[in-house]
Parts: sequence; structure tokens; C-alpha cells
Amino acid sequence: MPGIERWNWELDGWIVLAGMLCAVAASLLGNFLVLRKMSLLGDAISHAVLPGLAAAFLITGSRNSLPMFFGAVVVGILTAVFTEWIRRFGQVDEGASMGVVFTSLFALGLIIIVQAADHVDLDPGCVLYGAIELTPLDKMLVAGHQVPRVVVTLSVVVLLNLGFVWFFYKELVITSFDPALADTNGFRAIWLHYALMMLVAVTAVASFESVGNILVVAMFVVPAAAASLWTDRLPRMIGLSCLLAALSAVLGHWGAIAVPGWFGYKSTTTAGMMAAMAGCLFMLSLVFAPKDGILFKSIRRHRLAWGIFGDDLLAYLYRCEERQTKHIVNLQEVQSALRSSYWATKLLTVWYERCGTIFKTGDSISLTDEGRRRAITLVRSHRLWEQYLVEQAGLPNDRIHGQAERLEHYTNQSVRAELDRETEYPNTDPHGSPIPLEDIERPKH
Amino acid sequence: MMFEFPGIAMIAEKLPSLTDRSIGWPSWGQWQRVLLLEDYNTRVVILATTMLGMAAGIVGSFTLLRRRALMGDALSHATLPGIGLAFLLAPMLGQSGKSLPVLLVGAAISGVLGMIAILLIRSLTRIKEDTALGIVLSVFFGGGVAILGIVQQTSTGHAAGLESFIYGKTASIVAQDAWLIGWTGLIAIMILAMLFKELKLLCFDQGYAAARGFPTLALDCILMATVVLVTIVGLQAVGLVLMIALLVIPAAAARFWTLQMRRMVWIAGTVGALSCLLGAGLSGVFPNLPSGAMIVLTAAVFFVTSMMVGAARGVLIRVVRRQQLNRRIDRQHVLRGVYELLEKQGSSHSTSSLSSTPSVAIADLLATRSWSLRRLEHELYGCERDGWLIRRRSDHSIVLTAAGMREAERLTHEHRLWELYLIHHADIAPGQVDRDADAIEHVLDPEMIEQLEGLLNRSRVQAGVVASPHEVTAHATSNAI
Repeated sequence: MPGIERWNWELDGWIVLAGMLCAVAASLLGNFLVLRKMSLLGDAISHAVLPGLAAAFLITGSRNSLPMFFGAVVVGILTAVFTEWIRRFGQVDEGASMGVVFTSLFALGLIIIVQAADHVDLDPGCVLYGAIELTPLDKMLVAGHQVPRVVVTLSVVVLLNLGFVWFFYKELVITSFDPALADTNGFRAIWLHYALMMLVAVTAVASFESVGNILVVAMFVVPAAAASLWTDRLPRMIGLSCLLAALSAVLGHWGAIAVPGWFGYKSTTTAGMMAAMAGCLFMLSLVFAPKDGILFKSIRRHRLAWGIFGDDLLAYLYRCEERQTKHIVNLQEVQSALRSSYWATKLLTVWYERCGTIFKTGDSISLTDEGRRRAITLVRSHRLWEQYLVEQAGLPNDRIHGQAERLEHYTNQSVRAELDRETEYPNTDPHGSPIPLEDIERPKH
Repeated sequence: MMFEFPGIAMIAEKLPSLTDRSIGWPSWGQWQRVLLLEDYNTRVVILATTMLGMAAGIVGSFTLLRRRALMGDALSHATLPGIGLAFLLAPMLGQSGKSLPVLLVGAAISGVLGMIAILLIRSLTRIKEDTALGIVLSVFFGGGVAILGIVQQTSTGHAAGLESFIYGKTASIVAQDAWLIGWTGLIAIMILAMLFKELKLLCFDQGYAAARGFPTLALDCILMATVVLVTIVGLQAVGLVLMIALLVIPAAAARFWTLQMRRMVWIAGTVGALSCLLGAGLSGVFPNLPSGAMIVLTAAVFFVTSMMVGAARGVLIRVVRRQQLNRRIDRQHVLRGVYELLEKQGSSHSTSSLSSTPSVAIADLLATRSWSLRRLEHELYGCERDGWLIRRRSDHSIVLTAAGMREAERLTHEHRLWELYLIHHADIAPGQVDRDADAIEHVLDPEMIEQLEGLLNRSRVQAGVVASPHEVTAHATSNAI
């Protein structure tokens, strides 16, 4: 990363650390929010806690952050409880009930604040949307070292979340994937649900007091979603999401300093850039993840399509040979028989000629011995399947071709032997075409 | 600090004097001014928000039924980077960065990009709807915040103008905004009205719509585009949170009142308009209450009221319906219990006259099911009021009336028909059928009974009540329902 050598580690190091802690704390819980289809809860809670802050302020009359923290957490939990009630008793869809609750609570908070504001100057901006850039300024003494207060708070939250996920892993998994099963096992899914909601509220409040709410909202959703593109295993997904979260915090701070410089501006908001960087990492995952990424999925699909196309070409050439009506098969004929485009057919013949499965003499295309061997296995699979579908599955003759056409590409030698045995070693298929014999390769010793 | 609290702009504009924030009861003159819309400013604010509430309510009911209630949430956040970029790039095109059309175009482009991102994530991966919304919301908003951080440094202007764009300026809506909202809302409503049938199908059964050859993706895009349209004009007038509230709450409230989509759309529009009218009006009367928040709270009151007393799906109506069903079921149990006891005494014939109908002791009846004496007494009282039986206080027994006898015969007949059906056609042991039949006998309709009679060849008219296929003893069934 260019420009990183200019970082002042006393300042930038703490900022990045705070961002990483916040990101990891949120993404630990975020995995379960994503699994439970409650990704927007972070957003809802960060809006809804306003009346909690305002009420705590009204009651205590001070801007001490501890009562405010508790007020916000209580209202955060209430948000989850109200959402659940409206969902259950009103039979309203989860998203809608969340929308109703958080907007109403936010409005309530606004009104309380307007009423409260004349007592002391209460700047909700400071309470709600702390600035991560100010992290290194407020330090406290921990074990003889000067450590920013924010870093200490967020470390506690990370440990809390880690402990929760570690000790209740089994319960979290079962309630996320199958709450009904959890209930039948005598385990009350709803209590764990509320415990999770409480931690989400704690994380959200602790984070946006120090590093800004946009960062925590993004970190609840984006790293977990990106990690889910890489793996199907939950432990790996959790680990990967924490890694991605930490990485986006580092990249975010770098980007906030470096990227505006390219356009001739000074540095911009770190928290916003961290969220945007998480988005970039998600986009990269979306494209390049080996399991669910667009690129590899499309490569796999194309390889399959070309393989099937090639199989069809070989089988077609074999059938032409078999019929012996015409000795010369040219490109146009293949193209019209396989209903393929000119360029695709051209490309395929060139490729297969290279591989040595077909050869061209002038205009005509014929099979080599190697190509014929492959074609025979395909045609044999096709006709054995047809025979099997008529004999064993009782399908009418006119409906078997399409089925066999699909199945022939996935049929290996042992399946062919099994089909052969099941259909009692036929010589012809239901249409009367001969079933060719393959020369079975002997295993080499 | 860059990222200001959303309400600040609203509050600051609302409060001319920063020291006086108490809510005094307004004088009659203040009421009069607001109620008669004498104030030009109040008039514009109320009119604009009311139109917006109506449009948002109508658009919102489609997204609610599509199970994308928070779509507006995601899309309204997604407009931020577009606004910032429009502000930065406008001078290059020779436009002022603060001109409303430029910013609106920026917001629209960025909103549409967000919408495309949601659709892409959903169709290319297995990621769920809500996660796609969350990703777009947070990443776009994060990008927007970063861009606004740059905007603040420009010499041409402070980001403050842009922030009021995002966070709304409800109290200072001008006539131009009202016209914009009116026309845009009208266009959105007309689009939805023209495609009502198609969108309805999309909302309720996407698979069927696709199978019928409707372009579901295009319809989805159109629906989201109307959301973007309404959101953008709403955002700059009333702010982010109020816009989300207007898209979600009226539609969710309307859902409690009707099961018909056409009516629901109208109700949602009306609730949206009324919330804005009342909320903005209240804020006009009590100038210290921010109008955006008042509108949301009014809508929330509408929602809670609808949830409680809504005529179609409200909590109360569902409780009442369930209780009515429970009472009916209990009474039917009483009647069948009496009939079976009479049958055991060997004295039940539909021909017997009332005077000769023998009585059944309440104690015996109590033993037939696991019900408490108090509950039984309650149900007996209900049956007596309905004219099905007469209680004889002298010996604590009851006598069925002619109508009660007919009803009891019918119920017992139907109960046993179902038992027979289960024994003969579902191969269930005779000892086990009682419980199943007990649950279903209350909801069998006449056509079903006719079919069962035909199937089992036991007409009640010809052969009387079917004999029980198992021994009638004290019921093993607990009175579950």
C-alpha cells in the first residue's frame, strides 16, 4: 500500500486497531444475523436507541456515558422485543415490523430530545456518531500503558461476543438453522434469540459511540455475507468473516487517506471508507470466490457446456460413420445438426483436432481412433439408457431420446456395465440401432 | 464533525428561539390559524406531506406484500453517494452543484444502481433478500459518507446544504417542492394503477407469474423504480427516517383492515395521507414539536390501533373469532356427550317427544370428558340460552329440547361417519379414531357429510344415526381445543 510509510503509528495505529476491533465484534454476531435473515437489525437498532439515550439523559441529567450506554442498550433490546411481538401477534412480516418499530422509536427519541435540549446542551451527534479519527486523543492507563479508552471498550465487547459465540456455539447453530428442532429438544430458542439481540445492541451502542454507526451497520452484514460466498462450513465462515472485517478496517483507513489524494483532495471519513472497503471486498468475493463466485461458477458452467458440445460432436460423427450414407461430413453439416453457431463449431473442431480426437481432410471431418473410442462409449451409454428406460422404467419409445441424451454425458463405465446387466445384455436399442461394444481398458499392472 | 445527527437540521429550523422549548397549550388563535390553513407556510407543508404520505402509502403496500418492506430503507440510503458525486461533478458540466435537478439526477442514478445491485446479488448468489438489502444500504451509505467527507473540503460550498437534502427540511418545504412531490406521486400512482393486475400477481405468486409469461424481472424493476422515484422526492423534503416510516407503517397498518389488495392500497394511501395531515397539523399547533417526528408518531398510533382493532387481521378480531369457535366446539361436545349418554341408557330416539325424553345427570356428563365442573356449567348455560337443552335444578340433570336433540343427532352422526371413514379408508384402529374425529367434526361442511354418507353408504335419513364403531366410554380425549 503506497503511503503507509507515512503513517504515524501512535495515531493511525490506534485508529486502525479501533476499527478492527469494532469490525470483528460486529462480524462475529453478524454471521448469525445473516443466517437468521435479520441483517437489517443493526441498522434498525442504531436508529432506535435514540429515545434510550434521551431518556437516560433526562433521568440522570448528565452526559455521563455509562447511563446513556445502558439506556441505549435497554431500548435496543426493546426494539428486538417489539419487533418480535408485532411479528407474532400482528402476523406482520419481519422486515415490516422492524421498520415500524425503529422509525417510531426514532421519532419518539427526537421529540424527547427537543424537550430535553434546554437543560444542558446535548449534542446527539457526539453521542450517536462518534468519530473514529478522535480515537487516540482520549486515553486511559491500562497496566502501565496509555491505551485509548475506545480500544479498551471495544476489546471488552470483542471478548464478550467471542465468549458468547464460543460457549453457545451449538445452541446458536441449532436455533439459527432449525428453531423448531431446538424447541422440541427442550431448549427455548427465544431466550437465545434475546441474548443475541442484547449483544447486538451492546455491540452497536459501544461501537457507534466510539467509531460511528455506519461502520457497525456495515460490519454486521457485509463480511458475513462475503464469507458465505467462500464456504458452506459455519466455523470457517465465522473465521473468514472476522478476517475480512479486520482487513476492510485496515484498507479503509488507508483508503481514507490515499484515495482522495488521487483526485487532489485531503483525507476523508475513515468509518465511511471502511464500510466502502468492506463493500469492495464483498464485490471481489462475489466475482472470485471459488465456491459461489460468479467467475468460477461461469467457468464451470462453460466447461460443462463445451464438454457436452464436444460429446455431441463426437457422437454425431460416429452416427454418420455408422449410417454410411455419406462419407464426407463438413462444418456446415455439423453446425446444422447440432444447432450451434458457426464460430463455436469452428472453435470446437480446431480444439478437438489439436487433441487428436478428430482429423480434417480438406473439408471433411472424421474421427480418429481415439475419437471413435470416446464416441463409442457415448453412443453406447445413450442406447443402453434408452433400452433401460423402456424396459425398466416403462417409458414409451418416443420419449426416451431426450432423457438418454442428457444422461449419456454423466454415465461412466461401471454404470454402463450395470445398465448392460439390468437390461440383459441387449444388442440393439428400442429404435433398432445396434449398441456398440466398448473395448474395456484393462487396468495396467 | 462531518456526520451530523439527522434531526439537528429539522430541530434547528423548527426552533426560532433556542431557549424556549416548552410545550404550552396553544391559544385559540393558533388552532384557528392551523385548522383553517391560514398560514401560507403551514399550508404548503401540510399539503406536500399529505400528498407524499398518500403516494408512499400506496407504493409501500406493494413492497410490503412483496416482502420487501425495508426496500425503501436500503434505497434511500443508497442515494447518498449519488448526491455527493453530483455535487462534485456538476461544476465540470457547467452546472451549479447546489441546483436541485442536478442533485436529484445524481440521487436517482445512485438509487437505481443500488436497486440493480440488490437484484444482481439476489439472482447471482444464494444470499438472501434481507442481506442483499443490508449490504447495499451500508456500503452505499458508507461510500456516500466518504464522498461527503471530500465535499466538505471543496471551496464552493459546505456539505450542510447536502445534509439538509438527505435529512429533510420538513418545516421549510416550499411550493416548488410541493409541486414536485405532487407530480411525482401522481406518476408513481398511475404506473402502479396501470400495472395493478401484473404487480398483484408478482406480489402473491412470482412463480406463477413467471410461468404465465409475465416479465417478472421487468415488473420487479418497475416496482423498485417507483420506490426510488417517491423516495428521492420525499427524501429532500422530509428526510430519511420519515421517508422509511411512510413507506412501511401505513401499508402495514392497512394490512389489518382488509384481505383485498385493491382496498388495502387505498387504505394505505389514506392512512399515509391522514398521518401526514394530522402530524404536520399538530406540529403547526405546537411549534416546538418537530413535524417529521410527529408524522411518524401519528402513523405509529394508526398502526397500533389498526393492529388491535383491524377488521380483517387485527389482534382483537382474531381473539374473538377463536373464542367463538372454542365456545361452539365446547357446546357441540356437550350435546354429543348428552346424546351418547342417552344412547347408553337405551332411550334415544328422534321420535320421542320432549316430555318422555329421559334426563341425563350432570355428574355423568362431567365424567365423559376431562372438563371442569365450572367450564361444563358455563357451557350448559350457553346451550340453555341457545334453546338446546333445559336444566332441571331439582335433580341436577338436563333434558334436551327437540332442536337440541336434532343437533345432537347430527353431531354424533357426523362424528361417527368420520370415525368409520378413518377405520375403513385410512386403516386406523377403531380405538384411536375417536380423538381424530373429535377434532374434525366441528368443521365438516354439508357437502363433505354427503360425500361421506355416499362413500360409506349410511344415510341418516334412511338408517338413523350410525352406531359407534367403538365402545362409547368416558372419552380418552382431553378437551384440547
